[in-house]
Amino acid sequence: MMNEPVLGGMAQTTLDRPDPLLRMGNTNCGGCGLSSLMQMMRHAVADQRVHLVVPACCAAVSAGIYPQSTYGVPTLLTTFASAAAAASGIATVARMNGEDTRVICLAGDGGTYDIGFATLSAAADRNEDVLYICYDNEIYGNTGGQRSSATPAGAVTSNLSSAKPEEKKDILAIMAAHRVPYVASVSLAHAEDTVRKLRRALDLKGFRFLHVLSPCPTGWKSEPAMGMELVRLAVRSGLYPVIEIFDGKRYVVNIEPDFSDEALDMYLSLQLRFQKSGISAAGLRPAIDRHWQELRALSGRIVPARRVA
Amino acid sequence: MSLKLLSANHGAGLAATLAGRANRTGRGFCSGVYPITPSTECMEYLCLQEIEKGRVVKVESEHSAMAVCIGAAAAGARSFTTTSSNGLAYMAENCIAAAYLRLPVVMAVANRTIGPPWNIWADHGDALMLRDHGLIQFYCADNQELFDTVLAAFRLAEDPAVMMPAMVCMEGFILSHTVAQIDVPDQALVDAFLPTTTVPHRLGEAPHALGQIDLPHQTEMHRHQHLSAMNGAARVYAGIQDEFEHIFGRRLGDAVVPYRADDAETLIVSMGTIGATAERVVDQLRAQGQKVGALRVRLFRPLPSEAIRAWFAGKQRIAVIDRDVSLGFGGVLWGEVNSLADPGTVVQSYLAGLGGGDVRPEHIVNMLADLQPRKNAGHPAMMEAA
Ligand SMILES: Cc1ncc(C[n+]2csc(CCOP(=O)(O)OP(=O)(O)O)c2C)c(N)n1
Repeated sequence: MMNEPVLGGMAQTTLDRPDPLLRMGNTNCGGCGLSSLMQMMRHAVADQRVHLVVPACCAAVSAGIYPQSTYGVPTLLTTFASAAAAASGIATVARMNGEDTRVICLAGDGGTYDIGFATLSAAADRNEDVLYICYDNEIYGNTGGQRSSATPAGAVTSNLSSAKPEEKKDILAIMAAHRVPYVASVSLAHAEDTVRKLRRALDLKGFRFLHVLSPCPTGWKSEPAMGMELVRLAVRSGLYPVIEIFDGKRYVVNIEPDFSDEALDMYLSLQLRFQKSGISAAGLRPAIDRHWQELRALSGRIVPARRVA
Repeated sequence: MSLKLLSANHGAGLAATLAGRANRTGRGFCSGVYPITPSTECMEYLCLQEIEKGRVVKVESEHSAMAVCIGAAAAGARSFTTTSSNGLAYMAENCIAAAYLRLPVVMAVANRTIGPPWNIWADHGDALMLRDHGLIQFYCADNQELFDTVLAAFRLAEDPAVMMPAMVCMEGFILSHTVAQIDVPDQALVDAFLPTTTVPHRLGEAPHALGQIDLPHQTEMHRHQHLSAMNGAARVYAGIQDEFEHIFGRRLGDAVVPYRADDAETLIVSMGTIGATAERVVDQLRAQGQKVGALRVRLFRPLPSEAIRAWFAGKQRIAVIDRDVSLGFGGVLWGEVNSLADPGTVVQSYLAGLGGGDVRPEHIVNMLADLQPRKNAGHPAMMEAA
């Protein structure tokens, strides 16, 4: 078995799920964040009974060609906008039958922020017993990298001739506004953060939402091997806040950024999608600061958004 | 058995409730629903029933309603939904997904014109939009028939040799809101008629995927299997009719329902409640010595072509009445049955009752008067309901 024995220094143990969730031979691009996520999920899921629900997105292609499946657990592929609703049906039937099944949606940002948004909101509103994971590569990857409402300001996509002017939609705030038990953003570059949040989300009942910044070398025009480093830079610079929100009320910041422009410039310079637009750290900083001021207020911690040298 | 006064909407809701309860020893019942006139009362009725091991999920759209049904059926439960018109159009993507995933979801469709311009009245154009994608389709003419057909649709859709969704259609208001007597069987009889749902490919323990990528040759194979199952559904249905009669003591309607058609020279062909009106007209014209008969197509998918062909044999003229229009073509039913007649038979398309217009006996009499002198069929004729 060609499974990484070590994840960010975290050794695979006998408690882990013996079979991988994403089997070898899958067609994911090299450096795809989804592959890393599935590795870590294997660690978190252990012996739990899992059913996956995947709408149209790259993860649907990952499933592979009929009749083999890349996923190590029973999987339902749905239409693009339907993951959270189909998962509601599965979860309802599991509960009626006294089965302790974790129903997990694995959806891209397009299926989450855009076309599946109403479906997602309604399932959260009903507090369905579903764990919804959005792996966010910030584009419609499967159709070749078009803009979504998760595409960050400053990025160029296959259907944008210049930098996207609009800021990325704040999906965490939106999900928190549904007052669901658990909402969190996950840093794949911090394996212990990822696994801990996956475990916590798996153990809770009701609607849980995890947001994963998922490197996409193909779409970001970056080096496949640099994916984890890019996530680390996004976290360090404050661009990607790593937080948890309990019951829509209690905000906890999990990883403290250093807010360095050095990290942010490095993040931008390693991806051609930003290089093409010429966006700089200085251009993005005001929005990052504003976001962190909100987060500080919400998390009840009065720490300045930027360290003043 | 008990006689109840119910609208067809409530009848469909009650049939789904009884079917849902019948699966309490199986994996239960789960339904996703969303309101739209004129199917709303079916959905409301279902929401207010106590169903042991059953839950109705009140979602935010028809698209999600069918997605819940897809999830429920993929998890092995019995599933049902109801909608109309724009709701069906909105749901269409997932209706087709349910079909190609071979999930036995049953739906009651209260047929309504699609808008805008908004029109809440009956038109078969909504359901016919889905004719080509592997869903069974029934069209009903009265409340009892609708109730019985919904029960039978579960049995048919869930038959291992069929395994696909089934739509049971009723014209909005004309049927959905008409209150009439329905003979309602006891739960024990429904339990006897409906074995617990078994979805062989349901999500269980084995790590397989439902709905992943098909290469062209695999899609061909899947369509071939679906086509065979669809074609076989008519035979399965005939068996279900016998079972139904054995258990409930009354006959479930045939796939095509002839009326005084044996020796008829002229045949009126239609679907839904227009078929009931056509039977009145047949009686009226027979009393005047005209050799007229009627044929009502109850099962539209799979189309019982052989039965229709047999009834068409030797007829001189056939009036096909559609409460729908395929723009750029003509009546959808007409297009389907046109080629089943003898070469010399005049098969004329009449479009009537579009947008919910009342189709009364005199309208059909007028059509026949128009048909009688024709040597050849003409363009589809739009008969406006005055
Ligand atoms: C209703 C519908 N519209 C469009 C598509 C085409 N489509 C398939 S996947 C996709 C983009 C998916 O983007 P995202 O959800 O971000 O996931 P990713 O591909 O990046 O993994 C699109 C537009 C579709 N399958 N269904």
